[in-house]
Amino acid sequence: MTWTDLQTDLAADGYVASDDLTVALHLALTLERPLLLEGAAGVGKTQLAAGLAALRDTRLIRLQCYEGLDAAQAIYEWNYQRQLLTIRAAAEDGETGKSVEARIFSRDFLLERPLLAAITQDTPPVLLIDEIDRADEEFEAYLLEILSEFQITIPELGTVTATTTPIVILTSNGTRDLSDALRRRCLYAYVDYPDRATELAILNARCPGIEARLGAQIVGFVQKLREEELEKVPGIAETLDFAAALMGLGIADLTSDPAALQHTLSTLLKTQSDRAHITPEVAGRIAGRAA
Amino acid sequence: MSRVSRFAARDPGPAARVSGFMAHLRDNGLRLGVAETELALEALCQIDASQPAQSRRALKAICTGCKEEAEQFDALFDSFWMDAGRVKQKIVQTPPSKGDDSVHSSRDAKGEDAGGSGSANAPDGGDGEAESDGEGRLIATEVRNLMRKDLRDLVRPEDIAEAEQVARRLGAALRDHRSRRRIAARKGDRLHFRKTIRASLATGGEPLRLVRKYRPDRPQKIVALCDVSGSMTVYAQVFLAFLAGLMRSDPTADAYLFHTRLVRITEALRDKDTMRAIGRMSLMADGFGGGSEIGPSIARFAKTYAKRFVDGRSVVLILSDGYDTAPPAVMDAALADLRKRGCKIIWLNPLKGWRDYAPVADGMAAALPHLDLFRAANTLADLAALDREVASL
Repeated sequence: MTWTDLQTDLAADGYVASDDLTVALHLALTLERPLLLEGAAGVGKTQLAAGLAALRDTRLIRLQCYEGLDAAQAIYEWNYQRQLLTIRAAAEDGETGKSVEARIFSRDFLLERPLLAAITQDTPPVLLIDEIDRADEEFEAYLLEILSEFQITIPELGTVTATTTPIVILTSNGTRDLSDALRRRCLYAYVDYPDRATELAILNARCPGIEARLGAQIVGFVQKLREEELEKVPGIAETLDFAAALMGLGIADLTSDPAALQHTLSTLLKTQSDRAHITPEVAGRIAGRAA
Repeated sequence: MSRVSRFAARDPGPAARVSGFMAHLRDNGLRLGVAETELALEALCQIDASQPAQSRRALKAICTGCKEEAEQFDALFDSFWMDAGRVKQKIVQTPPSKGDDSVHSSRDAKGEDAGGSGSANAPDGGDGEAESDGEGRLIATEVRNLMRKDLRDLVRPEDIAEAEQVARRLGAALRDHRSRRRIAARKGDRLHFRKTIRASLATGGEPLRLVRKYRPDRPQKIVALCDVSGSMTVYAQVFLAFLAGLMRSDPTADAYLFHTRLVRITEALRDKDTMRAIGRMSLMADGFGGGSEIGPSIARFAKTYAKRFVDGRSVVLILSDGYDTAPPAVMDAALADLRKRGCKIIWLNPLKGWRDYAPVADGMAAALPHLDLFRAANTLADLAALDREVASL
């Protein structure tokens, strides 16, 4: 499969990817390397993993990173309650300590967390490590072994080696600088806000029923809005919400009803100061230019 | 546009060209190892490498690692492969030693190079200078700005060593804010008794899961914004040394330069070789000694980088004399915006050390109500004396 095929297949599934991104993804798949996606919130980084999983008809395993995330929550954990119950039951039956111990530290008592689950699948899943920049540096370092060796060592059981190599996608919003070691193990793509044509293609793919004129107006409006000085620049998800809101209200032309337009802006503007900044006059002006 | 670089027919082959490209990227500050060269060759086999656009995208995915590098990459690619910005350069045939495999390692490439009369397809010494026939090396920019100031002339290594001491003390004064409260933590030094007992209910009173707690550090991060406009040139020596020292002593600190533009210099200053770091910084500080737009620069900072790097645990140090060419309202709004992020703002003004100085400049007057601390700083000693005041913030 060439990268253009990949792009076409993704588009058929509703994910319109830029050329840069598709080539990076194609290489990540063929070279079996993790792919690190960086970019502002709402440009479709997470969605790419979902799209890829749908395309390959495989499981999407998602690890949402946050401050304080540690190995037990990300890799595996022993099922303590079950172990305890087993010990109690064994004690009543008069079973000896050694055999109980062997039993309670077996795979049956292991709770798989996303990373362990990802390397023990029969078909290679898509492993999405979301917002890696939110996790602590220690966790990032822990990830290095898994990403390069695809194996996990459990002291009581031994090393679990991957049956299949998962397709790994990491995303980052750039709230913290990632280590060079992590960056070096990954291919990299910077995902930017889409240009007008791409965004229109995404809109058409996601909202098939949308009128061509309204679609063009919506995209034009959002693109212009991104040039304004906003605290939170609207992403693609917001564009889609905006389109859905307009269609739900039965608005066919952005310039026709300024009051309705102002109401639907809540899908695009997410802070008080942004709302204050985009007054009805400003919105009307932008809509007028976009039309 | 198909101005693809022509390589001489005697040129040893695509693998050598790719390793030459890697050396070119390294020269321009991208941190790439041998493994990346190998990976790049593998990647080029996976796509149609004869298409420049595809090769560009593939190499971009492999050779870049952050947004800044990704933005820089296209110019670097053009300068090497697309015959743009090329300084005249010859590729001299090198004796093929061990077949194609040899080029996978830069060590071998260096070996080839050692006997030759200098070639562009391999890096030579550790200093990363790609040697050609003494005709210069590849640069990514299209025009070399002769007005650019080499900051290395301004700063001496001794100053930086001294500034490092100062920065370390200042950093320590800010950082060592300890909290009395303990919070639950997996790797805490004490048992969190209440939580442990509570958790043991689920296991029939057996405390299986021991919850711990620790006393957190409340580190303060320093973010330094240094004005390098014309009026500040005389103080640049102190401040640049301070910035360099700060970056070397504090891995969490962040630094920016501004004049009419705002440039993040954190990455450049983290270079292990101090003078090379200053050199890289001079490349970025294009426009050094020009006009000053303090308000707009701070506004730009508040709107972009501050969102990622400034929070309630940050101290923003502004090193400037406050002579702003933009209207004072801009400064007022920018600082108000920055303050909303919960940070402390310290303004160090070299002029304040003068007798009878009054902050009457419009920009400075507009800034004053937003500042937590407004002090003089002409010398490193002034900066060193700050640590006590800073600690009480």
